[in-house]
Amino acid sequence: MLLIHCPWCGERAELEFRHCGEAHLARPTNPATLTDAEWAEYLAFRDNHRGWVRERWRHVHGCGRFFNALRHTLTDRFAASYKTGEAWPEPPA
Amino acid sequence: MSGFSAVRLLREALRGQTGWGQQWRSPDQPQAAYDVVIIGGGGHGLATAYYLAKGHRVGRIAVLEKGWIGGGNTGRNTTIIRSNYLFPESAALYDHAVQLWEGLSQELNYNVMFSPRGVLMLAHNVHDEQSFRRHVHANRLAGVDNEWLDAEACRAFCPPLDIHQRRYPVLGGALQRRGGVARHDAVAWGYARAASALGVDIIQNCEVTGITRANDGAVTGLSTSKGQIRAGKVGVVAAGSTSLVMAMAGVRMPLESFPLQALVSEPVKPVFPCVVMSNTVHAYISQSDKGELVIGAGTDQYPSYSQAGGVHILSHTLEAICELFPMFRRMRMLRSWGGIVDTTSDRSPIIGLTPVPGLFVNCGWGTGGFKATPGSGHVFAATIARAEPHPIAAPFSLGRFTTGRLIDEAAAAAVAH
Amino acid sequence: MTRLVSGGRIDRTRPLRFSFDGRGYTGFAGDTLASALLANGVHLVGRSFKYHRPRGILSAGVEEPNALVEIDRGAGRREPNVRATVVPLVEGLVARSQNRWPSLRFDLAAVNGLASAILGAGFYYKTFLGPGRDAWHKRWEPLIRRMAGLGRAPEAPDPDRYANRYTHAEVLVVGAGPAGIAAALQAAASGGRVMLCDEQAEMGGSLLAEPVAWPQLAADLATLRANPRVTLLPRTTAFSYGLQNFVALTQVVEAAGGLRERLWQVRAGRVVLATGALERPIPFSGNDRPGVMLADAARHYARRWGVLPGRNVAALVAHDTGYAAAFALQDAGAAIATVLDMRATAPDDLLAEAAQRGIRVLPGHGIAATRGRQRITGLLAAPRGADGAPDATRATPIACDLLLMAGGWTPSVHLFSQARGQLRWDAGLDAFLPDAAREAVTCVGACAGEGLTPGLPVTQLAAGSARARKAFVDQQNDVTTRDIALAVQEGFRSIEHVKRYTTNGMATDQGKTSNMLGLAVVAGELGRSVPEVGLTTFRAPYTPISFGAFAGRHRGLLFDPIRSAPLHEWATQQGAVFEPVGQWQRARYFPQAGEDMHAAVTRECLAVRNAVGIFDASTLGKIEVTGPDAALFLERCYVNAWQKLGIGRCRYGLLLREDGFILDDGVVGRIAADRFHVTTTTGGAARVLHMLEDYRQTEFPELRVWLTSTTEHWGVIALQGPRARDVLAPLVEGLDWTAFPHMAVAECRVAGVAARLFRVSFSGELGFEVNIPASQAPAVWQALLHAGAAHGITPYGTEAMHVLRAEKGFIIVGQETDGTVTPDDAGLTWLIGKAKPDFIGKRSLSRPEMQRADRRQLVGLVPRDGTTLPDEGAQLIASAGSRVAEGHVTSAYRSAALGHPIALGLLASGRARLGETVLATSLTGPPIPLEVVAPVFLDPKGDRLRG
Repeated sequence: MLLIHCPWCGERAELEFRHCGEAHLARPTNPATLTDAEWAEYLAFRDNHRGWVRERWRHVHGCGRFFNALRHTLTDRFAASYKTGEAWPEPPA
Repeated sequence: MSGFSAVRLLREALRGQTGWGQQWRSPDQPQAAYDVVIIGGGGHGLATAYYLAKGHRVGRIAVLEKGWIGGGNTGRNTTIIRSNYLFPESAALYDHAVQLWEGLSQELNYNVMFSPRGVLMLAHNVHDEQSFRRHVHANRLAGVDNEWLDAEACRAFCPPLDIHQRRYPVLGGALQRRGGVARHDAVAWGYARAASALGVDIIQNCEVTGITRANDGAVTGLSTSKGQIRAGKVGVVAAGSTSLVMAMAGVRMPLESFPLQALVSEPVKPVFPCVVMSNTVHAYISQSDKGELVIGAGTDQYPSYSQAGGVHILSHTLEAICELFPMFRRMRMLRSWGGIVDTTSDRSPIIGLTPVPGLFVNCGWGTGGFKATPGSGHVFAATIARAEPHPIAAPFSLGRFTTGRLIDEAAAAAVAH
Repeated sequence: MTRLVSGGRIDRTRPLRFSFDGRGYTGFAGDTLASALLANGVHLVGRSFKYHRPRGILSAGVEEPNALVEIDRGAGRREPNVRATVVPLVEGLVARSQNRWPSLRFDLAAVNGLASAILGAGFYYKTFLGPGRDAWHKRWEPLIRRMAGLGRAPEAPDPDRYANRYTHAEVLVVGAGPAGIAAALQAAASGGRVMLCDEQAEMGGSLLAEPVAWPQLAADLATLRANPRVTLLPRTTAFSYGLQNFVALTQVVEAAGGLRERLWQVRAGRVVLATGALERPIPFSGNDRPGVMLADAARHYARRWGVLPGRNVAALVAHDTGYAAAFALQDAGAAIATVLDMRATAPDDLLAEAAQRGIRVLPGHGIAATRGRQRITGLLAAPRGADGAPDATRATPIACDLLLMAGGWTPSVHLFSQARGQLRWDAGLDAFLPDAAREAVTCVGACAGEGLTPGLPVTQLAAGSARARKAFVDQQNDVTTRDIALAVQEGFRSIEHVKRYTTNGMATDQGKTSNMLGLAVVAGELGRSVPEVGLTTFRAPYTPISFGAFAGRHRGLLFDPIRSAPLHEWATQQGAVFEPVGQWQRARYFPQAGEDMHAAVTRECLAVRNAVGIFDASTLGKIEVTGPDAALFLERCYVNAWQKLGIGRCRYGLLLREDGFILDDGVVGRIAADRFHVTTTTGGAARVLHMLEDYRQTEFPELRVWLTSTTEHWGVIALQGPRARDVLAPLVEGLDWTAFPHMAVAECRVAGVAARLFRVSFSGELGFEVNIPASQAPAVWQALLHAGAAHGITPYGTEAMHVLRAEKGFIIVGQETDGTVTPDDAGLTWLIGKAKPDFIGKRSLSRPEMQRADRRQLVGLVPRDGTTLPDEGAQLIASAGSRVAEGHVTSAYRSAALGHPIALGLLASGRARLGETVLATSLTGPPIPLEVVAPVFLDPKGDRLRG
């Protein structure tokens, strides 16, 4: 079970959180102008990267906040977590 | 390839087993060029190569495996085989596979131990009942066997089952008698042996590091840990690693890869005659020929390539097992392990062409790919050979995510009122 | 008796009776079942998995592959495959041997051993291919299954309890041998919380075989025990080492009250692994006979338990520690027949001591064969040839009743490896040792190689063994050196392949005694070194863990939390039949004497249509949406237009997923300009709130809007029926009835309780939903019942609710929809705010697939014969012979109000097919002809609900 750092509450057990997918995928401001392919890209296509990824979590059984985290998908280690809207940190070298 | 048989077994026993050769050729180095290269030496990839070699005149074929064949999800799943899917497109695909399973040991001359002992899916509430009965109706109309059992009939079919468990009593179940299990490793080895005998090169410990393309974008070859290989066509069958391989060709995929765990108990004498699945309480269980209870757990919630998951996921499944089968509380977990499953948003696979000419993909099987192995390989081979989707594969195109023609098998088990 | 007259850590004042295979024996407190059996001269304990060979006790610990027994503690407490070496003896213990028939001494299945040449590695892949395609399943598999398995599964539910505890510690020490105790003392001195666990009942590890160390051991344990910051956990196995120092332990409690085991999940600041090392067996012909024992295990039996496992002892040693074992047994009174040292030369000091003790040592020797059926009686000692194999032509027979194997040591790096630590091969120590760690972990003692000395390398231990007959590597699974060689010959080169093909290391001991040997045999066959061949993955658990420990208290009614509505208790008293809906229990119907479900539901429905019904709708999800931008927020999320909704008015809202399919629905009331009362489906409440929060926090953070779940704050009582107002009105204060039309909401008092009163109808009748604080719901309910008595008020359940709404063609999300249904499919396009540029899912609705004319659309269905009820889930087909589904029946009920069955369904191009006949498949008879009709069966103009 992961130990996750909520930027608002500190370290808590994974059971308090819900993973919410890849981060920094802003919803298009005017979807009507997108092609079907562009819209599908937003809906379904993902990096699914092996290595450092930026992802969303919600402290659903705590403060309820969504936040972002930097995690390595091979080691499952976190490098950072940061609030929604904050600039993302660079992954460790 | 000398055939396997009881007579041969006896002959070899009498002469000290000296006559058994390698079950499949595994050249250390690939040739410089192949007409078709399959990336991924799991069951699906090996089956694809076998059916390509057997049924299509495509020239030289290689399977590249970064580790050892069958070492990924093929050897890590709970071996459940069934075809009682809701939508006709799915039922056609999975039933194609079941029909191939039924003769696979003879086809491959390798005992893959296909055992149609029946798959029983339990209903615990009115919504389950409605959903599973809908499956039964749909399957029977499509010619796929599936039948509805009331709770007592469920217990008769699976005597260890406690239908009166207090929290979520069993209301009934959908039974597919042609469903069952098989020996997962043997599927990889059997396809490898048969493909090898037809001339397919199986290159192990050969990791693909790049996909080379011509000016027109078409695939021309691969960079690998064992050097450059020219390739006419490339089929990607890399399960959890599909996104990584496709990214080498600049193709982004509608996939996420999650850890999925499974476990076995210590072996005991036969006590569990069938396969039981319960989506509502999250339990999937059968008993192997060796005597181990084979139990599928859930996925972790976050994508990962670590092949490891949390203990709480195992606990969750074992809680359900202990409720459905209270006499198993004193059974012990012998071994647990994790795999990486690539999932799509509609929980159906992707089989077909890609935006890159000459590059084909077969992925997105999520938690249920093993059951499809022969059918998947068979239709993917045809798709690669003809460079157009096999009719059974056609609905499972990459394009469905753009048009919206999804095949959402998860949806039928959707929200409760 | 082979019990020594003195010595050991057993309590000779406390004799304990036990039975094995029905025969009574006596041991002492402090014994394990294994030590007690040995003390009684019992060496034959079990049969092997495949060849049913007689097997004895190989070890003194968790690595035991052979001495597996069934322990029977009474009904529901029977347990298979228990290692006799780890079971503390208790009074009245009942143990039985397994995997034999008719008896342990005479097992018919031992005939398998005669066919071992045929039944080699992977034989089953090569045969059983006929006759016929189903020959395996029908004919051969049943035979194989009967032969396989070990013990019997328990047959009755386990009455014992299991517990679960989460905790934190600054330092968790795994293993209470000398290194672990030292680490715990050191950690305790620095003041943090320290946990020290050990799998054995008694702490001390290797010290338990060193009487001179016992006083200090007792003092050290006393020091730890006296420290309130230290938790000592004997009989506790650390079995899984997860990320971020999250370690799972299982503790055997076996308390009098029935608490059997406890699962600990510990988040530790630092983990110290002091897990020791395991002695390697040696592969030679007949190395599996009862009486062949690991040397250090024999030393432990003598020193710790005062048991002499043999009187006439031979030893095969590849490591110096074998001499210590032989000397210890001699000190305990055994005769040492011979020490065979596989090494060309033995150390001078050991040779000198052996000579002084009168023990013959034969260097450069191995064993060509052993003798004895059910216990070893002798062996053939032979000099090792150039390839390492014993030269049988120069063999010498030696009589013995115990044969010690000292093959050297393998550090227990399982947990370190589970923690994703890297291992390095130490050629000097001939072992994999912990290298770079990923966690905050330290390895100490033998598991880190400390205190270990090199012996004969394991590849030389295995050299030449592939030519031996029945030289077992995995004793439980009957995997021989020849099996492994055959696998390599057949092209299985990866150690993972060899493991899977031969099953080496896959037995209940998880390869603790077999993995290194297997590696060595493979290395020998391939001409590679051990590290080149590599290791199999160390998988959790370290030792098998009972399912019950994982499940803990999550059983029976505690399996999953139960959510019950405020009127649950009342409904229970009325004899309601409940149905689970998610975690909720909802009253499905209220049968009166003699009524079945159909009769009860018919009565309840008619009461609503003709008088008034009362219904507990409290499980509906509720979200309070507040703030200046509340209307704008809802506008961006739901398909509907909200900004112009008047205060005190309601609207039926529809929420999509971004892929355009219906996610949820519910009535939304505007309480104030900046305040909305949003309802969701029962099952969808958490999902909807999560999604709305997602958009609020991450997509529209600029909006001033807040969401609060009020699902459990409000109790909701629905009053539906032509007399609803008559019942309600006298109890209402502060409401202007003249300005309270259909789809209105107002704050007022009902039965003296502050309420939000909705005028809404899910039945098609005049209807109200009274929202009051949940704690007040029972009182208000009683007041309404009282007021309604004169009007024939009738409680109804979810089933009648379903029928009533179906008569009106109202959908239920999750029944009419299944995640593939768009608003247009459901006939709900009229809800969509026409002027809205965007809402969740809007863009997806313009994709080509969503525009197809042949999409499945909601229709009503009525049986042509006026009586036959179609099956919910039945497929709709155009003609009797058709195999093509054109839709399905989503709901079907017998409608008392209409006098015939009705159904809703999704049908391809359905709205264009009104009046047509389609057929619904049946599981029991011919398909049922249905007329396609509009989905509203009753009062299509809505006069009744506006009444």
